[in-house]
Amino acid sequence: MRPSSAGWAFAGPAVAVLAVFFVFPVIAAFAISLTDFDIYALADLKNLRFVGVQNYIDLLETPLFWRALVNTLYFVVVGAPLSLAASLGAALLLNARAARWKAFFRTALFAPVVTTLVAVAVIWRYLLHTKYGLVNFSLGSLGLPSIDWLGNPRFSMPAIILFAVWKNFGYNMIILLAGLQAIPEELYEAARIDGAGKVQQFLHVTLPGLAPTLFLVGILTMAGYFQLFAEPYVMTQGGPVQSTLSVLYLMYEQAFKWWSLGSASAVAFILFVFMLAAASLQLALTRRFGGAA
Amino acid sequence: MIGAALLAAACSREGPDIVELEFWAMGREGEIVPILTKEFEAENPDVRLRVQQIPWTVAHEKLLTAFVGGALPDVAQLGNTWIAELAALGALADLTGAVAGSVAIDEADYFSGIWATNVLHGAVLGVPWYVDTRLLFYRSDILKDAGFDHPPRDWAEWRAAAEAVKKRVGAGRFALLLPLNEFEPQVMLALQQNDPVLREDGRYGNFSSAGQRRAIDYYLSFFRDGLAPPATESEIANVWNEFARGYFAFYITGPWNIGEFRRRLPADLQDDWMTAPLPGPAGPGVSIAGGSSLVVVKKSKHQEAAFRLIEFLSRPDIQARFYALSGNLPPRRSSWNDPLLKEDPYVGAFRDQLERVRPAPQIPEWERIAQEIRVVTERAVHEGWDAARTAAELDRRVDAILEKRRFMLAKAEETP
Repeated sequence: MRPSSAGWAFAGPAVAVLAVFFVFPVIAAFAISLTDFDIYALADLKNLRFVGVQNYIDLLETPLFWRALVNTLYFVVVGAPLSLAASLGAALLLNARAARWKAFFRTALFAPVVTTLVAVAVIWRYLLHTKYGLVNFSLGSLGLPSIDWLGNPRFSMPAIILFAVWKNFGYNMIILLAGLQAIPEELYEAARIDGAGKVQQFLHVTLPGLAPTLFLVGILTMAGYFQLFAEPYVMTQGGPVQSTLSVLYLMYEQAFKWWSLGSASAVAFILFVFMLAAASLQLALTRRFGGAA
Repeated sequence: MIGAALLAAACSREGPDIVELEFWAMGREGEIVPILTKEFEAENPDVRLRVQQIPWTVAHEKLLTAFVGGALPDVAQLGNTWIAELAALGALADLTGAVAGSVAIDEADYFSGIWATNVLHGAVLGVPWYVDTRLLFYRSDILKDAGFDHPPRDWAEWRAAAEAVKKRVGAGRFALLLPLNEFEPQVMLALQQNDPVLREDGRYGNFSSAGQRRAIDYYLSFFRDGLAPPATESEIANVWNEFARGYFAFYITGPWNIGEFRRRLPADLQDDWMTAPLPGPAGPGVSIAGGSSLVVVKKSKHQEAAFRLIEFLSRPDIQARFYALSGNLPPRRSSWNDPLLKEDPYVGAFRDQLERVRPAPQIPEWERIAQEIRVVTERAVHEGWDAARTAAELDRRVDAILEKRRFMLAKAEETP
């Protein structure tokens, strides 16, 4: 057996699975995005028409699509850094020498990640309740006015971001914690001998040491946050006044509410382009500034 | 092995003659149905019923995905505006013959507007289960203070009453509430016109016709002249509190709110609210024929047993019990002879209104069109558009939605 065929034999199963469950569906979805697949086509495939890029043009001309895109970008731009900061902060706290009961806190902070989203969303709806919610109760005891978190279009997205960050930060925290523990203790020792303070140690030892992990986590988080769906689906159904309607939510509505599968597939590909662009940007930045690490 | 053994055991227990009938009911109805159908199973020992409760919020997509997956039940409850869509898929059994031969279901006993929502191109595709229409809920005390001893009967009176109420309650309060997150009030006003909502067999929007423009103008004028607050229901937060507070005196809503008003309005206000049929352009007007129907799925292997279940649920005595349990109004006149319905002062107006209900356009695209009506009128209210501009925008959007329908109809004409 030649080395190349041996390679194929080992890679074969994985390639086959990828082809069947990823490559083929993607091609099929792209093909559907060039048609007007709808309820009539569902009844009889002969009613399917090839429409070229018309679905894409229609979408770009639909204000609701832009609204969804802006909402999604808002969620990504505010939510992803916030989530990373929370993860990093928690990881640093857990890694600190002074920390006690590390195993307990690690588990407790990781717990939201493994809970069921729908179940905790119900609890969060109570927390955010205008009249009886704990959040508004706390605001009230500080003398601040209560906020209609899920009913006011200005506050609905911040509420969703808060919820998403709380739900997700534990996952990145574990990865970052592993990254922190991989930084050799000698580097800190050397820094201390050179007279570096806590802040300098963080900036010149911790951050460069953590850079590869941070960039990985950053890309994964961003990709995940672009796919905002479940949180608004269970908390607000895209409302109020479409303020939490995300691109994925729009796609879901197109597909399963109106059964416009052609249009829904086009939404998916546009979202894909945006995610690709954002990921490439991040990669470029990594090469530029993180190359030293 | 164990699975096969269990399967064998299950088969032997059921025996060859037992029909297992699957029935999908939505929301609260799904909770109530099992109480009613115990009697059905007692009367029909050859049928075992499995009721599946589907939440309203996911019912529509669940039906469509089940159609694709071939997993539809034998009998289902359908919002009557969905009938056209499932009919376009060819998912519904034609019940024309079964209904004609049925003793239990007497078409003449049903309110004709409600029955019509189940008939498509002459074929009966469903049997109305309960009705849902909307009319005026009003504060009789505020109306009396404003100089009106009866609820408005036509548009002119309605408008005059609204102006008088507004003058009476002053700034910060309004005559009526037309929540901007709803499309029903707009659709009801549209259905009251002699010009249909869509023209040429549902090929194009007809909003620029004189009648439809008049309906749009009548609706928008309430906002333009400060008689209705430009707010959605969620901005109102608690409709019942605000109604009790006198924030508005007229509210267009449905039968479910009778119970809510009884429960939530303070005791000293219970004599100061009433229901009235919807005013029309000239005298009592039509309202929308909403509600749910029972349908048999075409692919079901138990057509006969499925129809027997529908007949059972259509019996006046069962419908009266269904009303007592759920508050859902029955669609046949004889069910209304039940004392519970006859003696309730608030449902009287609904009985009257049900003689004047009209179906929304029966095409698969209707839900999308209704959404567009909501979105466009909301915008018109906020941006102060006039009726002509609003109508033109509606026609443009609705014509785009109906493009595929035009293609389908043209194709059907080519190949007779």
